[in-house]
Amino acid sequence: MTKNSSNVSITDQLEPNKRFDFFKAVFTLPVIIYALLLVFIPLIYILFLSFLKSDNYGGYLYEFNLENYGEIFDSTYLSIFLKSAVIGLITTFICLLISYPFAIFLRDLPEKRRNLIMKLVMVPFLTNSLIRTYGLITLLRKNGVINSVLLGAGVISSPLALMYNNLGIIIGMVYTLLPFMLLPVCSAVAKVDQNLLDASEDLGAGKLAKFFRIYLPLTLQGAFNGSLMVFIPAIGYFFIADILGGGKAMIIGNLIKNQFLTARNWPLGAAFSILLLLFTFVLVKIYQKIGGNLDELGGG
Amino acid sequence: MASLKRGRNLRKIYIAFVLLLLFLPIFILIAFSFNESKLNVIFTGFTFDWYMRLFENTDLLDAFKNTILIAVLSTTISTVIGTISAVGLKKFRFKGHGFIDKLIYIPIVIPEIVLGIALLSVFTLAKLELGFWTVLLAHISFSVPFVITSVRSTLYALPKHVELAASDLGASRWQTFWYVILPLIWPGIVSGALLAFTLSMDDVVISYFSAGPGTNTLPLYIYANIKTGISPDVNALTSIMLVVTVITLVLSAHFQSKKTANRSLR
Repeated sequence: MTKNSSNVSITDQLEPNKRFDFFKAVFTLPVIIYALLLVFIPLIYILFLSFLKSDNYGGYLYEFNLENYGEIFDSTYLSIFLKSAVIGLITTFICLLISYPFAIFLRDLPEKRRNLIMKLVMVPFLTNSLIRTYGLITLLRKNGVINSVLLGAGVISSPLALMYNNLGIIIGMVYTLLPFMLLPVCSAVAKVDQNLLDASEDLGAGKLAKFFRIYLPLTLQGAFNGSLMVFIPAIGYFFIADILGGGKAMIIGNLIKNQFLTARNWPLGAAFSILLLLFTFVLVKIYQKIGGNLDELGGG
Repeated sequence: MASLKRGRNLRKIYIAFVLLLLFLPIFILIAFSFNESKLNVIFTGFTFDWYMRLFENTDLLDAFKNTILIAVLSTTISTVIGTISAVGLKKFRFKGHGFIDKLIYIPIVIPEIVLGIALLSVFTLAKLELGFWTVLLAHISFSVPFVITSVRSTLYALPKHVELAASDLGASRWQTFWYVILPLIWPGIVSGALLAFTLSMDDVVISYFSAGPGTNTLPLYIYANIKTGISPDVNALTSIMLVVTVITLVLSAHFQSKKTANRSLR
């Protein structure tokens, strides 16, 4: 800065484009650097990687090709995609099923109580999800708490297989991701106009009619928001499939992780990631199409 | 009337039941931190032993220290970056404004695993040694957007004349930001910071890819040991952490409600 620049704040505001604007730089450069360096370049780089060829030793050859994308049609991979989609959809559906009654019942409570309950929903987040998964093992395994209690009470005669199978993965996903559904569904349901509900009751609507013709259509955005925040992690959280699904269980997350860390075929792993990314973008576009606001995703 | 009342009770029971489900694994963890047996299977007797042993497990303590340090640093840095970015993106239009504005939503919506491997790839490309600093960078990269959206929600709710009034009264842009805007958007900043801290503490996937073999964080320590069995000192540590965070939350909620009460004059 030159010596006389300190006392020309008026001209500074009159012709802001003529000189280097320190204030503007402070408020805009960090976000530009952040977005380019930590978001744009990493994603462009894996897009680039996905067109390269693996040298089978953990490195890659700079030969541009589409082979990695061709491998996706391999039946082994297709069955993993299918399995992930099924697990993701079941998880999402169960979360919706739990969240709607919760949200509708919560509506009637006094505001103070409601806020407290929504805070409580967030508390499990404050312990790491892996630690919570470890807690689940204590509950679910063969000699775990649930089986011991049920056996002791004589409800079952032999322990239930609650983990090391697909059921275990789904229980783990629902448990870990449920708050992501509860938050948007509860806030959407809370916004439904009481007058509409009263009117429908006057016109003789039952509970089911109220749900399908008022709550559901008016909270579609919130439900889609939650479904997005549940489904996407549910196909990516490899550690849950790893721990609760036993050694062999694989979802897309495990597949990508293995390509990067075990098989060391980065280009193939990158191609899977790009596909997952495109799929996510399609879902987000649909969310925006139905009027969803990006600022409301992820509890923001 | 009686059936109405019963219905209401059933509703409360349902809400309590869902909350119980969410908390059950955590309660079980805490219960077993007082268990004599090492196996986390049957409750054999009450002991404080694991809380003592915790202080001898240097690996675990080291992982815990890293986790907290990364959470505090990434929260601080991303809250600062996120806050000035939200203000800057609203106040200024520059070349590529729309593009940058789209980019910042990407870490919120993309699968964590994709961000994780993308960051791993560029860290490797840039020949950064994987470890504490790469985990910190990675945590900043997923936290900033959440702070921006959180600050934004309060920023857009501000009355338009506030800034004009401040400059009319002779405040410089810096003064306006520091004395007018910042106090008004403070609730958004606090909730953004809280979100960033929570996300950092909760993260498994991105830490997993951005930490090298040498660095340990709590989730990585547990992931490495979960198949061979984890000793209850982890339960003890989790219990302590939970108690501390709940106390912090209650205090901050109390503090915030006082603050908003003071500000309701506005």
